[in-house]
Amino acid sequence: MQKITRKMLIDKAAELLQNGTVDRVLGWKNGEFVYDVTPALFTDAEALEKDFVYNDFCGANFSKYLIAETRKQGGKVLVFLKTCDTYSFNQLLTEHRFDREKVYAVGIPCEGMADIEKVKKAVDGIIAVDGKDDKIVVTSLYDGDVELDAQAVMAERCIVCKSKKHVAYDELMGEEGEVIESARFDEVEKLEKMTADERFAFWQNELSKCIRCNACRNVCPACTCEKCVFDNPDSGVENKAAADSFEEKMFHIIRAFHVAGRCTDCGECSRVCPQNIPLHLLNRKFIKDINSFYGDYQAGAEVGSRAPLVNYTTEDLEPGEAVEKGANN
Amino acid sequence: MQRIGVFVCWCGSNIAGTVDVHAVADALKNEPGVVFSTQYQYMCSQAGQDMIKEAIKEHRLSGIVICSCSPRMHEATFRKTAQAAGLNPYMVEIANIREQCSWIHKDMAEGTEKAIILGKAAIAKVNLNAPLTPGESPVTKRALVIGGGIAGIQTALDIADAGFEVDIVEKNPTIGGKMAQLDKTFPTLDCAACILTPKMVDVAQHEKIRIFSFSEVTEVKGFVGNFTARIMKKARYVREDICTGCGLCTEKCPQKKVPNEFNLGMDNRRAVYIPFAQAVPKVATIDPNYCTMLKSGKCGLCAKVCTAGAIDYKQKDEFIEEKYGAIVVATGFNPISMEKYDEFAYNQSKDVVTSLEYERIMNAAGPTAGKLLRPSDGKHPHTIVFVQCVGSRCAACDERGKEYCSKICCMYTAKHAMLTRDKYPDTDVYVFYIDVRTPGKNFDEFYRRAVEDYGVHYIKGMVGKVTPDGDKLIVRGSDLIGNKQLNIEADMVVLAAAIEPDKSARPLATMLTASMDTNDFFTEAHPKLRPVESPTAGVFLSGACQGPKDIPDTVAQAGAAASKVIGLLAKNKLTGNPCVAKSDELMCNGCSSCERVCPYGAITYVDKEFRMPNRTTLVRRVASVNEAVCQGCGACTVACPSGAMDLKGFANKQIMAEVDAICK
Amino acid sequence: MQVNGYKPLIVAFCCNWCSYAGADLAGSNRLSYPAEVKIIRVPCSCRVNPMFILRAFQRGADGVILCGCHPGDCHYTSGNYFTRRRMAALFSMLDFLGIERARTRVEWVSAAEGAKFAATMNDFVETVAALGENKRLEDLRCKR
Repeated sequence: MQKITRKMLIDKAAELLQNGTVDRVLGWKNGEFVYDVTPALFTDAEALEKDFVYNDFCGANFSKYLIAETRKQGGKVLVFLKTCDTYSFNQLLTEHRFDREKVYAVGIPCEGMADIEKVKKAVDGIIAVDGKDDKIVVTSLYDGDVELDAQAVMAERCIVCKSKKHVAYDELMGEEGEVIESARFDEVEKLEKMTADERFAFWQNELSKCIRCNACRNVCPACTCEKCVFDNPDSGVENKAAADSFEEKMFHIIRAFHVAGRCTDCGECSRVCPQNIPLHLLNRKFIKDINSFYGDYQAGAEVGSRAPLVNYTTEDLEPGEAVEKGANN
Repeated sequence: MQRIGVFVCWCGSNIAGTVDVHAVADALKNEPGVVFSTQYQYMCSQAGQDMIKEAIKEHRLSGIVICSCSPRMHEATFRKTAQAAGLNPYMVEIANIREQCSWIHKDMAEGTEKAIILGKAAIAKVNLNAPLTPGESPVTKRALVIGGGIAGIQTALDIADAGFEVDIVEKNPTIGGKMAQLDKTFPTLDCAACILTPKMVDVAQHEKIRIFSFSEVTEVKGFVGNFTARIMKKARYVREDICTGCGLCTEKCPQKKVPNEFNLGMDNRRAVYIPFAQAVPKVATIDPNYCTMLKSGKCGLCAKVCTAGAIDYKQKDEFIEEKYGAIVVATGFNPISMEKYDEFAYNQSKDVVTSLEYERIMNAAGPTAGKLLRPSDGKHPHTIVFVQCVGSRCAACDERGKEYCSKICCMYTAKHAMLTRDKYPDTDVYVFYIDVRTPGKNFDEFYRRAVEDYGVHYIKGMVGKVTPDGDKLIVRGSDLIGNKQLNIEADMVVLAAAIEPDKSARPLATMLTASMDTNDFFTEAHPKLRPVESPTAGVFLSGACQGPKDIPDTVAQAGAAASKVIGLLAKNKLTGNPCVAKSDELMCNGCSSCERVCPYGAITYVDKEFRMPNRTTLVRRVASVNEAVCQGCGACTVACPSGAMDLKGFANKQIMAEVDAICK
Repeated sequence: MQVNGYKPLIVAFCCNWCSYAGADLAGSNRLSYPAEVKIIRVPCSCRVNPMFILRAFQRGADGVILCGCHPGDCHYTSGNYFTRRRMAALFSMLDFLGIERARTRVEWVSAAEGAKFAATMNDFVETVAALGENKRLEDLRCKR
């Protein structure tokens, strides 16, 4: 498959700006560091040429940005969507979160993005990065150019990619892919096989790192409430500071529960966590359980589908049975 | 800050026996918001209630907590007491210290401690209570009855007789339903037409009733007291207002080979037809699937012979919108298809018929003019085998049949057997049955007459196979009592097919947000105590759409449904339950989760304009609760991730406060 | 009830139409169960937000039980079906986090099942008492 290059995306964006299909483009530009790529808005070809970036660190899921973008006056916005992003895109449409008419979606194939933590571990003092076939070329202050195997530094969520199929787009660059076998539940299963004490120790260790920065919540394309329940004074759980330890302890359970059946498993929560807590495992546990209790369900696979937790059959498992089943498969 | 009064009841020794009521009243005095606390022997007595009223006034109480028996017992009483003293009735909370405390605990210290905690929880809740006022909505004084069988007819007549307007929507060209096809009716054996057709005429002539025949309900919006239904009057290509029902067109129509559905396809009708002589309305209908004029533009004979000029080939489906206060579902039943029952040779032999087909054969207006003749060769049958429970009482895994008992088959089979023996004593009649179920007034007597007086051979056992053999049908069955296999050489076999709800019921249920069981029968609001109401307020159930029923039961239920409708329409305003969901529009993101769990369709979405910074506005989709429809279950509140949806009277904060009070 | 000298605190959420009435019936029939059980009345089991359950644990409850109408008998027709799915997911998640699964339970109790209500509570209290104090949810975010 032909790898998507920066030039191809700039050309496409410029063409769509030129012919008036869109009047702005959601893209990436460099942030503080070269690997710290930041979502940005472009309105002309010149700016694209100057600042537009596309490399192995462009992992951000743009679908959530569309909520704010489509509320602006003006024409359509161009958004580039990787396969995993298209699931979030559909899920947001299912939940009526943005106006489809105001978006021009271009699907871009994706062979996996790099995990910056893995790259940083391999190379110190990064000043430039570049992609080359299945290699990532990192320029280091100390060591000059270092070639890294893209596979070796790939983000976990990309290693266990669940689908190469774009489930939504106006235009697709490259070829249509397929839903693929994924080993994404292996990690969850490993935990399930542990004793309760081991699991508790694992999660206590992980969750204790949380600094409640809310990055997971802010990036999550399923967390799109106008106001989060933890900021809602009528919810009975609102608390700005951690004066009440309830919020502290329950935040991640409740957050995962609130997105259960709606989470598309895009993995953004874990990507942005400054403490590197494997938050996606909580979501995947819900996904795995829901699949095993109520039949396979992929949030965002189609617009308008009914999430399992707002659905039922009269023959569903009893909660007691479900806990057994959830722990043993 | 609330000013809360606490009233601890002794309930004689019922509470005071295991709970130190003085200690409870004392302990609760110092809870946040409490300005007054007392105890008394019987709070629910007049003296107790007076005491509460006085305290409310004297201490300017804004909320009260009664520590007493279960709220299921006296919540309503104390709410009235509060109201009488000028306090909003929803500012009352009950701590259940009798059923859930004093009666189950024997140790005084333990009971007292628990009573105090329960009191604290109630105080914590009432601190967050807000006065609630039930919403009011007007009532459109007109009822819609969907289905024009005996159930719909009886319901409509009863409602109309009470002085309310009723519209009947019937999908067929005439009202009458299944009962119009029947010959005699058990257990009295009066002829169905003789008792039904006068009622059909009553409907037609009633000034309060309109009949929309050959029509279907396509959309229902609104809620109890305020429904709007869209009714499609299907094009019948005959102007109903002009047609006199003379029937000339139906005689002249050259297209004679149309299977007559009224006789279950056992004879033919014309392309323009009136289903039967007593049809109401007595108006012809052109069947576009067979009419040569409509299909190819050639013919037009009916228009030529119609002196009234009622034929209109250009007629289109017409839509009518009307408002209703109540809707009655009376969509009835159908026998299940026998196509898959190969073992009974239904597809191989014309002489294997369903009971409803047999009914038409026996009917004087039927295809054989009431003479018992075999469909295959028109000869008089001498041996007839009836097979009961075909498709009824099946194992859950049997995809052809139904798990339930169809209820009416035992009786009509006894009727058929008896009538056959009565008219044709030279006929041998066998009935294969699993059980004979004849509960009902004069039912068992009726069945026994068939056996004892008419000599019908009842055989306990099932028929395994029916094989056509020349002009005979070989019926192989088992006789479980005689413990032997039987081979009966029969001339006709009659299958008592299970009955199932009409296919139109499922989409209708969706339209009405009324729930159904797995068999597509409508679910009643309560199986014992509210059998003619659906869980959706303002939607009522009449007849076999709710479950298999015979005519007496159907008519009884139809009358019951009518009385419920009359009770509703007699009101000028409906007062709701104020403990309903409410959506915080600022917080709601319009995701539709709440709508999907609402069993009543009480949640809709509106585009709402919000003021944003810099004098801009933003239009967002937000949930809106119809308080007249919401029943206050709270399913939506948990589906809502942001807590934008909350339940009045059982708010997130209130329950959380109770949890805190108990766990502190 | 005490097991090894420990009296657990139990919060029971009961739906108004079936289980709360079942609890009343247990009382009317003088069927005793431990005073550690404190009942909170909700209109329907589907009103119980997972947050209430977690809050109870966090404030020191040792066990939380949810009681509702039997599936198919819900006063609101479908409420308990949603409860069943939500609690299946939540309880499985708590188990995944290493919280003892016996601390949570869902039981369907009809208005006629006073005896079942009492028996359920006796059994649940005994089970939870055997587990001792609930520390895990409390400690989940505080590694010592």
